[in-house]
Amino acid sequence: MAEAIAKTREARAKIRDAGGREVAMLKVQGLKRYFDVSAPWLNRVIERQPKQILRAVDGIDFEIGQGETFGLVGESGCGKSTVARLIVGLYGPTDGSIELEGRDIAGLSRQQMAPMRRRLQMIFQDPYASLNPRWRVRDIIAEPIRAFGLAQGQAAIDAKVGDLLETVKLTARDGEKFPHEFSGGQRQRISIARALASEPEFLVCDEPTSALDVSVQAQILNLMKDLQRAFGLTYLFISHNLAVVYHISDRVGVMYLGKLVEVAPAKTLFATPRHPYTRLLLDTIPDLDMTGRERMPVAGEVPNPINPPSGCTFHPRCPFANDRCRAEIPQPRPLGDGAIVSCHGIEEGRIPDGPTLQAPARPEGLV
Amino acid sequence: MAEIRATPGRGWVESVRRFFDGDIWYSFTRSPMTMAAGAVTFLYFFLAAFGPWVAPHDPFDLASITLLDASLPPAWLEYGDPRFLLGTDIQGRDMLSAIIYGSRVSLLIGFASVILSLVLGVGLGLISGFVGGAVDAFIMRVAEVQLSFPSILVALLINGVLRGVLDVQNQADLAYAVLILSIGLSNWVQFARTVRGSTMVERNKEYVQAAHVIGISPALIMWRHILPNVLGPVLVIATIQLALAIISEATLSFLGVGLPPTEPSLGTLIRVGNDYLFSGEWWITIFPGAALALLVLAVNLLGDWLRDALNPKLR
Repeated sequence: MAEAIAKTREARAKIRDAGGREVAMLKVQGLKRYFDVSAPWLNRVIERQPKQILRAVDGIDFEIGQGETFGLVGESGCGKSTVARLIVGLYGPTDGSIELEGRDIAGLSRQQMAPMRRRLQMIFQDPYASLNPRWRVRDIIAEPIRAFGLAQGQAAIDAKVGDLLETVKLTARDGEKFPHEFSGGQRQRISIARALASEPEFLVCDEPTSALDVSVQAQILNLMKDLQRAFGLTYLFISHNLAVVYHISDRVGVMYLGKLVEVAPAKTLFATPRHPYTRLLLDTIPDLDMTGRERMPVAGEVPNPINPPSGCTFHPRCPFANDRCRAEIPQPRPLGDGAIVSCHGIEEGRIPDGPTLQAPARPEGLV
Repeated sequence: MAEIRATPGRGWVESVRRFFDGDIWYSFTRSPMTMAAGAVTFLYFFLAAFGPWVAPHDPFDLASITLLDASLPPAWLEYGDPRFLLGTDIQGRDMLSAIIYGSRVSLLIGFASVILSLVLGVGLGLISGFVGGAVDAFIMRVAEVQLSFPSILVALLINGVLRGVLDVQNQADLAYAVLILSIGLSNWVQFARTVRGSTMVERNKEYVQAAHVIGISPALIMWRHILPNVLGPVLVIATIQLALAIISEATLSFLGVGLPPTEPSLGTLIRVGNDYLFSGEWWITIFPGAALALLVLAVNLLGDWLRDALNPKLR
């Protein structure tokens, strides 16, 4: 295995485009995905209802560099998972571009997408649903190997499957078993082995630990970190566990109602959150030290994305909102320290700086 | 985990061992009624398979039939003949042998038409549930229209059309095909609706999305991933449909649009015997009727048990 690892690392030197400039592993620009959730046509005509469009993702931009882990956080229903599914091509975008190593993959057909798929894989949230219950583990892991023709002959495929199982700290003999013979953590390892089987460079991880027991979460996260070091992987890591995101991510994006409200290096974001929504989110991290810091109570709920509020979509919950916030949609603006924030209040300087926060405690067992 | 269990074997020996070790076999051995139904069904299958060797007479061998033996009552009654246990019909054919040959025909048509409706229904249901949209709407509207008629009426309709088009009177083989087609085409809806429902659940599961991410084609995803996961209830429906198909065949034959008296199924025997019911020769219709009822009851009981045994919520 060590030889293979060295080879992949060499091959994964900085990616450059035709002109020799470095390009990001993934670059997303103006990405939008709307869902039509209208009633059937006949009902609409009879009941005189307008079409209803759900704006799951409403224009987001971000970049992920080679070997980086980009965390994406936000409340349930803010569009995190839709972003993940857009990137791996499970949904076609309504608008915008997704560039993988400088090539736009947005809205490609299955055939056109084929050469890019091998480099782009996904780890799913629920390890109980992400493995076909009727297939043996060796067939599950061999599926990408066969689909991409990465090994010829049964013996070579078996050997590769065995290697992969050992890479995720299972044994080659586990390949004979069915998914129901494994625990949640073990299943998630199998899911990771399947994602690694096509030797990808970029992994989209959609809440890979949220369905797992707390004691197992750290094991999976440690494994993912090890694999990142070994294979030079790039991660898009989606989670609602802020402590986990802080410790695993290099940079973090905060999503609210289909928009990215703040993107910043993890350390910056967690020490000096700028956007009022980020502050509200960070206030929800439980703090065992009881520093006595004043916390903002979490007010209100995420509004309905079918009928979002005017202007800044966060204004109904924001303590600093004024008339401009209710009328005008804020644009993302870079601040000096690498943070990009979409907020009128920050731009005008009328929101006071918050206190510098302590980093969230390291989840137990996470290396 | 692996250390506790014996080395997992491969092939059919292991599958058979697992079956007898499994929940289904256990639940079978706990239910005397199911075992009886299983035994009766097995007996019918055995008779159907080995009919010509088991039956005491060949009812179609004109040389062995004499009119002197006509209309003999069952052997235990007055004037009964020990050679003909269940009596003879008005042409002197042994009723027991005719019933054995008739069950053979009934089971053959039942099986063939269930296989036809299974293939058709599972295929259309998979496509309907997986593709969705206009295709789904079209297939399901057709299914609903068909479901709004009693299935025997649909079978009669198809039967009538096919008989009008084809020259059935002179070709006995064609009569089989027409019956199988008309019963098969009138019963696919149950399969399609069940499979469509399960497919719509399965297609949104993450293992199917994982296959999409790998780039497996939709046809292969349907065949390799979804189909094995929606087949469980299909087996149960198929068993119950087998009983229904046998009844449909008997009904059609009883109405005179099934198999001709020269190749009688149970339904044909009942129809022919029905003419003599009130002239005292009750055995000509009652015994085939009882045989039909017993077969359908046994298959139905098996189907019911299978439904319960495979339903994890009832365990």
